[in-house]
Amino acid sequence: MSKSTFSSERKKTPRENWNFFIAFVRKEFYHIFRDRMSMLILLVMPILMLILFGYALNTEVKNSKIAVYDPSHDEVTRALVEKLQVNNYFVLHKMLKSPDEVDKCFKSGEVAMIIVFSENFYENLLHGGHAQIQLLADGSDPNTASTITTYATNIIAGYQQDLLKMDKIPYQITPEIKLLYNPSMVAAYNFVPGVMGMIILLICAMMTSVSIAREKENGTMEILLVSPMKPLYVILSKAVPYFFLSIVNLFTILVVSVFVMGVPIAGSFFWLIVLSLLYIFVSLALGLLISSVVNTQMAAMLISAMGLMMPVMLLSGMLFPSENMPVFLQLIGDTIPAKWYIEAVKKIMIKGLGVGAILNELAVLTVMAVALISISLRNFKIRLE
Amino acid sequence: MILKYLIEKEFKQIKRNKFLSRLVFIFPFMMLAILPQAANFEVKDINLCVIDNNHTTYSQRLVQKIAASDYFHITTISTDYRQALKSIELDKSDIILEIPGTFEQDLIRNQVANVMISANAVNGMKGGLGSSYLAGILAEYNSEIRVELMPSTPKLAQSGMEITKIFRFNPELKYKYMMVPAIMVMLLTMICGFLPAFNIVSEKENGTIEQMNVTPVNKFTLILSKLIPYWVIGFIVLTICFGVAWLFYGMWPKGSLLTIYLFASVFVLAFSGLGLIISNYAKTLQQAMFMAFFIIISFIFMSGLYTPVDNMPQWAQYISDISPLKYFIRVMRLVYLKGSSTADLIKPFLTLCGFALIFNTWAVLSYRKSSN
Amino acid sequence: MNTKEIMPEGKVIVARNLTKMFGNFTAVDHISFEVDKGEIFGFLGANGAGKTTAMRMLCGLSKQTSGQAWVAGFDITGESESIKKCIGYMSQKFALYEELEVWENIRLYAGIYGVPEKEIAPRTDELLQRLGFENEKNTLVKSLPLGWKQKLAFSVAIFHEPKIVFLDEPTGGVDPATRRQFWELIYQAADRGITVFVTTHYMDEAEYCNRVTIMVDGRIDALDSPKNLKQQYDAKNMDEVFHQLARNAKRAEK
Repeated sequence: MSKSTFSSERKKTPRENWNFFIAFVRKEFYHIFRDRMSMLILLVMPILMLILFGYALNTEVKNSKIAVYDPSHDEVTRALVEKLQVNNYFVLHKMLKSPDEVDKCFKSGEVAMIIVFSENFYENLLHGGHAQIQLLADGSDPNTASTITTYATNIIAGYQQDLLKMDKIPYQITPEIKLLYNPSMVAAYNFVPGVMGMIILLICAMMTSVSIAREKENGTMEILLVSPMKPLYVILSKAVPYFFLSIVNLFTILVVSVFVMGVPIAGSFFWLIVLSLLYIFVSLALGLLISSVVNTQMAAMLISAMGLMMPVMLLSGMLFPSENMPVFLQLIGDTIPAKWYIEAVKKIMIKGLGVGAILNELAVLTVMAVALISISLRNFKIRLE
Repeated sequence: MILKYLIEKEFKQIKRNKFLSRLVFIFPFMMLAILPQAANFEVKDINLCVIDNNHTTYSQRLVQKIAASDYFHITTISTDYRQALKSIELDKSDIILEIPGTFEQDLIRNQVANVMISANAVNGMKGGLGSSYLAGILAEYNSEIRVELMPSTPKLAQSGMEITKIFRFNPELKYKYMMVPAIMVMLLTMICGFLPAFNIVSEKENGTIEQMNVTPVNKFTLILSKLIPYWVIGFIVLTICFGVAWLFYGMWPKGSLLTIYLFASVFVLAFSGLGLIISNYAKTLQQAMFMAFFIIISFIFMSGLYTPVDNMPQWAQYISDISPLKYFIRVMRLVYLKGSSTADLIKPFLTLCGFALIFNTWAVLSYRKSSN
Repeated sequence: MNTKEIMPEGKVIVARNLTKMFGNFTAVDHISFEVDKGEIFGFLGANGAGKTTAMRMLCGLSKQTSGQAWVAGFDITGESESIKKCIGYMSQKFALYEELEVWENIRLYAGIYGVPEKEIAPRTDELLQRLGFENEKNTLVKSLPLGWKQKLAFSVAIFHEPKIVFLDEPTGGVDPATRRQFWELIYQAADRGITVFVTTHYMDEAEYCNRVTIMVDGRIDALDSPKNLKQQYDAKNMDEVFHQLARNAKRAEK
C-alpha cells in the first residue's frame, strides 16, 4: 500500500495532536454541562454533605430522654429529678407509676435511661445512711449509655456535695482542661477532611469511570477510537473535565468550611493544594482503572459505590476511629488512598503542622498515583491496540 | 393476568444478570462481616503523656493510679511541654497530663492544687471523653487523699447514695449489637432503593420502556411488576443477614422473626417506591445514580444509623422525621435487641405504612406512559 | 380546541391537521390523511422530516399540540389505552429484551396482549417454523444477528393479530436481500388484513407500499400511490420524486 496522506495514517505533528485533544476535552465539557440535573447535584452535594456531617451528625450526647420511677417522692428525690432536667443532657419524658412499666418503656424505645429510686429515700439517707439509685440505661446504644450514666452519676454526686453543705472542700485537686486544635469541640473538624476525601473520590473515580463506561455501552467508544487521535489521549480527555470539576468542588468545600462552618486552615494553604492535587490524580487513576475492566455504566457505578465509596467511608478513619479496628481491617484501610489523604489533611488543616509532618502521606500517595496510573494506562493500551 | 408475565420476565432478567446476583449475595455478606468489626466507638487505649514536675509520692501515686486504669496507656513520661506537644502532633499521644512542680506543697499546705490536662480534640469524642475519664480518676484519687488526710469526718467523705449502673439488653456494651441491626437496614435500603430505580432507567435508555408504554399494560401493573421482584430479593437479603449475624456474632433476634419480616416488607415497599420516583424523574442512568446515591446516603446518616437522632439539632431531627429509615432502624434495634413485639410498635408501623402508600402513589402518578 | 368531528366510517386511521410543536419548533405541521383497512401505508421523508414524531402521536406515545386523529376507531385524545389494545409497534431500536430468549420474548408480549396461555406455546413453535428460526428458540436475543432481530421484532409485534401495526424505520442497517425478506413478512401480514403503517427513508421501499406520503419539513407534500406519483412528477422512480420535492426543504438532513 502506498504512502497516503489520509489524516489517520499520516504521523501527526504535536500541534495537531494537541488541537484534537482540546477538541475532545471541549466535547466532554459540553456533555457534562448539558446535563443540568447532574451538574446541580455535583456542585451542591458537597455542600450538603458538609452541612450534614458537620452539624447534624453529632456524637455529643444531649437531650436524651429519660424516665423516672420514684416511689419515695420526697424533697431529695424531687430535687434530684429537678437537677437532672436543668441541664441540656436530659429531657424528662415521663414519670413511671410502677416498676412494671420499666420494661414496656424500654421496649417501645421511648427513653434512653430509666432512673429508679429506692423507697423512703431521704429517710434512709439521714438515718440508715444508704439510699439506692438505679441507673437503668438502654445498652443497645453503648456510646449514649455509658455517656449518660457518667453524666447522671456526676450530677448526683454534685448534688450530694450541695446537700452536705460544704462551704469549702479541703484538699481539692482541680484539673484545668485544655482542648487542643478544636477548643469548641466542633464535630465538623473531624468530618471536613473526610468529606473532602469522599467527594473528590466520588467525582474522580465514580464519574470518570461511568462516563467512559457509557461510551463503551453506547458503542460510541469505537467511533472515538478510530478518530485521528491516539486512543490513550481519548481516554485521558475524558478524565480532564472531572479533574477541573473536582478542583472546583475542593475550593467550594474549603470556602464553606472556613467561612460558614468556622473550620480553619491552620497550616499552609499551598501544601494543602499540592496534597489535594496528588490525591485527585490517584482518584482519577482509580476511575480509569475501573472503567478499563467494566462494560456497562451500571457495573462502573456499582463497583465505585460499593467497592470504593463504602470502604472509604468505613475504613478510612472518617467515621470510625481506625485505632479501634481489628488489625486486618486497619491493614485494608492502609491500602485505601483516602485514608492517607484524610490523615494528611487533618494534620495540615486542623493541626496546622508543616509539610514535614506529612512526608509519609505524600510519599505513599505518590507511589499509589504512579502505580495506579501505570496499571490503568497499560490496561487500556492492551485493550485498545 | 398480565402481571404474571411481567414478573416472570423480571425474574428471568435478574437471574441472568450475573453481576447483580453476585452482588445481592456477596455484598450483604461482606458488609455484615466487616463493618461491625470496624465500627467501634469505644474510647479506650488512650495514649497519655505524663509530665511530672513534682516527683513526690503524691504525684507518683496519681500516675500509678492512672496507669492501672483500663482506659489509659501511658506512652511517655516527659519533662518538657513542648516535647509532649510534639507527641500529640505526631499522634503518638492523645492527652497530656502536666503535674506542676509545686503539686505536693499546694495540696498539703494550701489545700488547693492544680493539674493541667491538654487533650487532642480533633477527634471530639476521644478528646472529650478522654479528659472526662481522666478527671474522674483524678476525683477518685482526690477522695482517697482526703480520707487519708482527714480521718475524723467519715460522714462527709462517704457518700450516702449508692448508685448502681445497669446496662439493659447489652450488658457488656458491645458496639456490634448496635451496628448489626442498623447495617441490615442499610443493606436493604441500598439494594431496594438503588436497584429498581436503575432497572427502570436502563430500560428507558435502551428503549424497552417505550415498547412497554405502547402496550395496553397500565402503569399500576407495570410498577407493581417492578416492585415485587425486589420485595422478594429484600427478603432473601434479610434472611442472609440473619444467618451471617448468627454465624459471625452469635446474634439472633430476641423478638419474633415474623415481626421483623413484617416491618421489612413494608419498609422495602416504601423504599423501592422512593427509588421508582427517582427513576421517573431521571432521564439518564447517570442522573438516576446521582440522585439515588445522594438521597440514600443522606437518609442513611440522618436516620440514626451512625449517631443517635436525639443528638441532632432540632432542624435535623425534623428532616429525619421524613426518613422511613429512622423508624425502621429503631424498630430493628428494638426487636433484635429487646424483643419488642408488634404491639409495642404500632406507631412506627403505621408511619411506615404511610410512607409506603405515599411514595408508591407518587411513583404511580408520576409515571408517564406518554410524553408531552 | 377543535370541536369533536365524527370519524369517517371504514377508515382505520384518520388524521386531521395533526400538529406537534416543541417550543417554537414545528415538528409536524398540520398533516391530514386517511388509511384503509389492509393497506400498506408508507410515510416517507428524510431524517428529521417528522415521520417518527407523527407515528408516536398516533400510537399514544406523545400528545399532539393540536389537531385530531382516530386509530382503529378510537380517538387519540383520551382513548389511547383502547388504541393500544388493537395495535402493534416496532421501534427503531426493535426493543426486544436482550437477556431473554427468543421464545421468552414472544411469550411475554403474547401474554400482555391477551393471547390465551394455552395458545402461546403452539403458536410460538409455528411462528418459529415459518421464519426458519426453530433452532434459535432458546437463543438469547442479544446473540441474534441484526436481520433476525428485525424479523423477530416484527413477528412479536403482530403475534396478537392487531388491527394495525406501526413500524418505525424497521429495516435500517441490513443488506437489501434481508430487507426484501422483511417486506415479504409485511405482505403476508397485510394479506391477513393487518393494516401496516411504516415509516422509512429508503425510497425504494416506497414501491412496496399501496400508498405513500412524502413528508418535508413536517408537512405532507405528496400523498398518493407510487405509480401515480411517478406519473405526476415524471420520474423513473420514487427517488427522483423525492428529490424534486426535497429540493425545497429547509430542514437539512440530520
